[in-house]
Amino acid sequence: MRLVAENLGGERGGERLFSGLDFAVSAGNALLVTGPNGAGKSTLLRIIAGLLVQAEGAVHLESPPQPYESLVAATHYLGHLNAMKPVLSIDENLRFWQSFNGAGRCSIVEALERVGLADIGHLPFGYLSTGQKRRASIARLLISDRPVWLLDEPTAGLDKASEMQFTGSMQQHLAGGGIIVAATHLPLGLAAKELSLGAAA
Amino acid sequence: MGALFIRDIRLGLRAGGGVLIGILFFLAVIAVIPFGVGPDLKLLARIGPAMLWIGALLATLLGLDRLFQADRDDGSLDLLIMAQERHMLALTILVKCLSHWTVSVLPLVIASPLLGLFMNMEPPAIGATTLTLLVGTPAITLIGAVGAAVAVSLPRGGLLVSVIILPLTIPVLIFGVSASYGAVEDPAPFLAPFLILAAITLFFAVLGPLAAAAALKSSTD
Repeated sequence: MRLVAENLGGERGGERLFSGLDFAVSAGNALLVTGPNGAGKSTLLRIIAGLLVQAEGAVHLESPPQPYESLVAATHYLGHLNAMKPVLSIDENLRFWQSFNGAGRCSIVEALERVGLADIGHLPFGYLSTGQKRRASIARLLISDRPVWLLDEPTAGLDKASEMQFTGSMQQHLAGGGIIVAATHLPLGLAAKELSLGAAA
Repeated sequence: MGALFIRDIRLGLRAGGGVLIGILFFLAVIAVIPFGVGPDLKLLARIGPAMLWIGALLATLLGLDRLFQADRDDGSLDLLIMAQERHMLALTILVKCLSHWTVSVLPLVIASPLLGLFMNMEPPAIGATTLTLLVGTPAITLIGAVGAAVAVSLPRGGLLVSVIILPLTIPVLIFGVSASYGAVEDPAPFLAPFLILAAITLFFAVLGPLAAAAALKSSTD
C-alpha cells in the first residue's frame, strides 16, 4: 500500500495555493504537512479525502489492502470539525459512527479508555470541553478500521497527557501498517517526513 | 443505514422544537381560518381539505432547510459523503429524508384529523385528507431534499429552499386536494388522483435523493 500524489495542485476560491506537489507515503509511514496559515494544508487533506477536486495532477492509493477499493474508502478524515452531535452522548455518537463505518479492532469502551474518556461516555457531547471533544473525535478513528488517517490539526486543544496518548495511538496505527498524513503546527512526536507548503512554492 | 435512521430520529426528538414547531405552525394556520372565513359551516367544510393540505405543505417546508445544514455545520456531512462507496450517497439521503419525515411530518398527518374537526369536515373527508397527506407528504420532503442540498452552503438558505421547491410541490398539492374532494363529492373520482399522488411520491423517492446527492457532492469546499 502506498499513497502517491503526482504533480498535485490545489486551489481555493480560484486562487492557486500549491502546484506540482509530488510525494509518496508507504505503509507504516507518516507525512507531516507544515506551513504558514493559508498555505493550503487543509486544502491538501481535503483533496486527498476526495472532498475537494484538485486543480491538477492526481492522488491515489497504490494496491489498497482488502476490502478497501479506493483511497477514499480506505480513509479516516479528522477535520477541524468533530462530526459529533452535541445533543447525543459520546457513546451514542460513537455507536452511530461505528455501525455506519463498520466495526474495527477496537470496541467503543476500549477506544474511550484509550482517549481517557471512559468515565464520561454517557455525557452529551455538547457538555465537553474543547480538548475532550477532540479526544472523543479521536476515538472515532479507533473504532473503525481505516488504513489511511488524514488528520487536520489533530492535537488542537489537547493537553500534554492526551497528546502523548494520541502519539501512542498514532504509533500503534503506523506499526500496524497504516499511513498518516497530518497537517500540523505542533510536533506530533512521530518520526515522519515533512512536506512544507507555502515556503517552497 | 438503520443506525443513521435511529440517530436522526433521536436528534429530531431530542433537539426539541423541531417537532413541536411544525405542529404549532400547522395548528396556528388551521385555527385562524375559521375566524377569517367567518361562521359559514358549509363553506368551511367545503374548503377544509384544501386548507389542511396548504397548512401541511407550509409546515413541512418549515424545517426542511435543516435537513443537511446541521450535518454540514458539525462536519458529519463530509464523513457521510466520504462513506459513499460503503453506503451509496443517494441511499443515505433517502434514509435522512425518511427519518426527517417520520419526526417532523408524520406528527402533522396524525394531527390532521383533529384539525379537520375545526373545519367542520365530515368523517369521510377527514379520512380521505389524512390518507392523502400520508401518501403525499413524503414527496414534499423528497423534493425538499433537493432544495436543501442546493442551498446547504448558504448561511440563510431557509427561505430560499422553500422558494426553490414550492413550484415543484404544486402537483402534489393539486392531486392531494383533488383526491380528498373525490372521496366526498360524487362526480369527482378519488382513485385516479390518489394513484397519481402515490406515483409522484414514488417518482421523487428515486429522483430526489439522486439529485440531492449530485448537489451535495459538488457543494463541498
